Amino acid sequence: MTLIHMAILLPLVAAVAIGIIYKYYKRIHLGWFVLPVPVIIAIYLATFIPKVSSGPILETMQVMPRIGMNFDVYIDGLGLLFAILISGIGALVVLYSIGYLSHREDLGNFYVYLLMFMSAMLGVVLNDNVLMLYLFWELTSISSFLLIAFWFMKERSLYGAQKSMLITMFGGFMLLGGFLALHTITGTYSIREMLAQVTLIQESPVAPIAIVLILLGAFTKSAQFPFYIWLPDAMEAPTPVSAYLHSATMVKAGIYLVARLTPLFAFSELWVWVILLGGLITLAWASFNAVRKDDLKAVLAFSTVSQLGMIMSLLGLGALSVVTGAGEAYFSIAVVAAVFHLINHATFKGALFMVTGILDHETGTRSLKRLGGLLTLMPISFTLTFITALSMAGLPPFNGFLSKELFLEAMIHVTEADFASLANIAFIFPLLAIVGSIFTFIYSIQIIYGVFFGKRTHDTPKEPHEAPALMWISPAILAVLVITFGLFPNVLSSSIIDPAAMSIMATDAPLGTHISMWHGFANPALWATIAIVIIGSLLFYFRDKWMFIYDYHKERFTLNYVYDQGLMHSRFASRKVTDSYMTGFIRSYLAYIFMFFVVLGAISLWNTGIKLNFSDMAPVGIQEMILVMIVLISITVILVTKSRIVSIIMLSAIGFVMALFFVFFRAPDLALTQLAIETVTTALFLVCFYHLPARSKHPERMRFKFTNFLVSLGVGIIVIMIGLIAYSNQLFDRISQFHIDNVKELGAGGNMVNVILVDFRGFDTLFETLVFGIAGIGIYALMKLRLNRKDETDEADPEENRA
Amino acid sequence: MELITILLSGILIGSAVYLMLSRSVIRIIIGTALLSHGVHLMLLTMGKLKRGNVPVLDEAVENYTDPLPQALILTAIVIAFALTAFILVLALRAYGELGTDDVEEMKGVPHDD
Repeated sequence: MTLIHMAILLPLVAAVAIGIIYKYYKRIHLGWFVLPVPVIIAIYLATFIPKVSSGPILETMQVMPRIGMNFDVYIDGLGLLFAILISGIGALVVLYSIGYLSHREDLGNFYVYLLMFMSAMLGVVLNDNVLMLYLFWELTSISSFLLIAFWFMKERSLYGAQKSMLITMFGGFMLLGGFLALHTITGTYSIREMLAQVTLIQESPVAPIAIVLILLGAFTKSAQFPFYIWLPDAMEAPTPVSAYLHSATMVKAGIYLVARLTPLFAFSELWVWVILLGGLITLAWASFNAVRKDDLKAVLAFSTVSQLGMIMSLLGLGALSVVTGAGEAYFSIAVVAAVFHLINHATFKGALFMVTGILDHETGTRSLKRLGGLLTLMPISFTLTFITALSMAGLPPFNGFLSKELFLEAMIHVTEADFASLANIAFIFPLLAIVGSIFTFIYSIQIIYGVFFGKRTHDTPKEPHEAPALMWISPAILAVLVITFGLFPNVLSSSIIDPAAMSIMATDAPLGTHISMWHGFANPALWATIAIVIIGSLLFYFRDKWMFIYDYHKERFTLNYVYDQGLMHSRFASRKVTDSYMTGFIRSYLAYIFMFFVVLGAISLWNTGIKLNFSDMAPVGIQEMILVMIVLISITVILVTKSRIVSIIMLSAIGFVMALFFVFFRAPDLALTQLAIETVTTALFLVCFYHLPARSKHPERMRFKFTNFLVSLGVGIIVIMIGLIAYSNQLFDRISQFHIDNVKELGAGGNMVNVILVDFRGFDTLFETLVFGIAGIGIYALMKLRLNRKDETDEADPEENRA
Repeated sequence: MELITILLSGILIGSAVYLMLSRSVIRIIIGTALLSHGVHLMLLTMGKLKRGNVPVLDEAVENYTDPLPQALILTAIVIAFALTAFILVLALRAYGELGTDDVEEMKGVPHDD
């Protein structure tokens, strides 16, 4: 347990404290108590920046060493970048939430979940052990679920929360499978040690399975096509949560995982193509869909999905050059672009979400149709939106422009590269990239134009006015970063981007990245950007002319429809299956139990074989045969008789015969007990007979009668077989001799049965007494309860009682 | 002898199961009682029958019957009695509350014939 372990677990500890503070002290907004936590962690992590450049840091803490589960904190450029994003954005989000969430909300829950998430997310990105990573990974899913369902009175929230949990947990489970597959190949759970065995993984036939499973985990978490559908519905969460979990951090966990495992799997074409194409399709498809959304948060959700797709495709491109053996240059451009865009996306998207929250807060709506012309009323919000949305669109001088240009450059280079297998279809990469970027441009402009320009609609639930400073400070800080990173990208390049890119590429050689805004006219990415701006502007201007194409996008063909139908049908099917055997009749359950007994017995008889030995038998006396006959006759009578009193008498006949059996078999204590007990039992039965209805018919259904007969026949046969086999085969020495020999010495008694009961097996007898007591109390309660209930029901309204 | 008692206890247990699967509460209870009888007989048989004297220490006796099954059965008899008594009262109480001693009617399913 080192300081860095404590830093990761600090939010969890703080969560407990926050819960207690919230219970007793509500005068100051709870957020102020939470705020120091991410700030401290961010500052602490920042001190690692210079250390990491000289090599990764590893701190081990054993959790379950026997199964190889250790809390190995591993800090390298990649992990550190994510960790700083998590704590830094976390601090801003907490600050923002103080203004966003009022005292009336259940702040205790909110901040506890948020802190839980923070710990989990730090645990994911600063971990070397995949089992621990999986643990934290699922914890992020759980806290995301709780935060989406924060306003759990709303049905949409519950729907979104369930959807996100089903999809991400499905992915998480797949991920675990992938990790276990990796473990079977390499025999270790440590990512570092796996990296040392890349050749082993390359040769293993299990590797494709591991790749598919791990990518399922990454794609579901990072909302890639076709699993992105949970993210738009996750927007039911409070806006600080959307800004934090669902755009800046948690959804990037999948990207983190892909980046982290790139050195492990970059040899595989499967890995590369799935990531590259999956990412690009996600980019194009989600940005296309974002344009038609009316809800601002929905626009941003789809935008997040598309940007995640973009980063994903860049990582795929980075790995592609390893597979094809193309130049290192493409590799590093793509990876640097991925890392840089990761940072940029967190800044501008986080800010945009926060501004959306401001708009929602101050106007009461997020609908683009109802907002409009707010430029003069909300100048600060406008400025922030303007900066961040243009950065998202990829315009200079903001940071989005730089990473977007690197992205385009990398994608255009794909066509130039000499990749034998894809010479004919290589154009599809820049095409998808540019199409996606055009739509990104359109919706970015639409956000600015739709909210702040145009006519005032006067349709907002609240009269719009500028937000308090507390709410716009956080997005303002992010907007400043957007400009700073845009103008001076090289403050990041050597300290943060390069170490992160180096850990993705698994190289020690410094990259010496230098990002600049101007590359001259010869740079194709510049022309691509210009084309995007022109086409995007035209499309935006004539948007009424082509928006009809969205009408072809029918409800039935959406993935959401598939999800809803699947959920409905699986519910229906499981209900049907459950109803088919959970009948509610005691007969069915008993029949299941006995059938199971028969099957189990038959199987074990089949396996062990039947060896019988009848040589060692006691002689049969005539008096015993008479008793046997009495029992058989009594059973027959009980089975066939309709009269209750006859069956009770027959039952007690059997009971008394049992007592006689005990006499013949030399068990006087048993005989005495049986006699006494049987007498009382018979009396009890007769008392009940007096109270129970005089005559009642219980015609059994024939079908039931037959199965009942079969089941009981089976049980009888199995019991007889078990008895015979157990009697014939003496597997162990009898322990009875010990009791017989020591009864005088150890038990100081002459009656062996009694000594065994009260001495050797004293506890048995003690608990037997306990059972007896419990039964007695139960009987007493059953008698008493009736009287009490009758009194109550006399006074109270029976309808009320039922409710 | 042991062969006969094993068969008998098998018959007892089989009929007990048949009774327990029926609809009448009282038949179910009789079934549980029969079940315990069958099990007791089986237990006793497992210790071998009539192989010696009553298991009470005696200077003159060398050979005793197996006392262990007897001790187990003694416990079982008492517990079986407690169980029988409890479910009898439970059945009685259920009849008082629900007006039926038919387990299917108790669940709310009327006779369909």
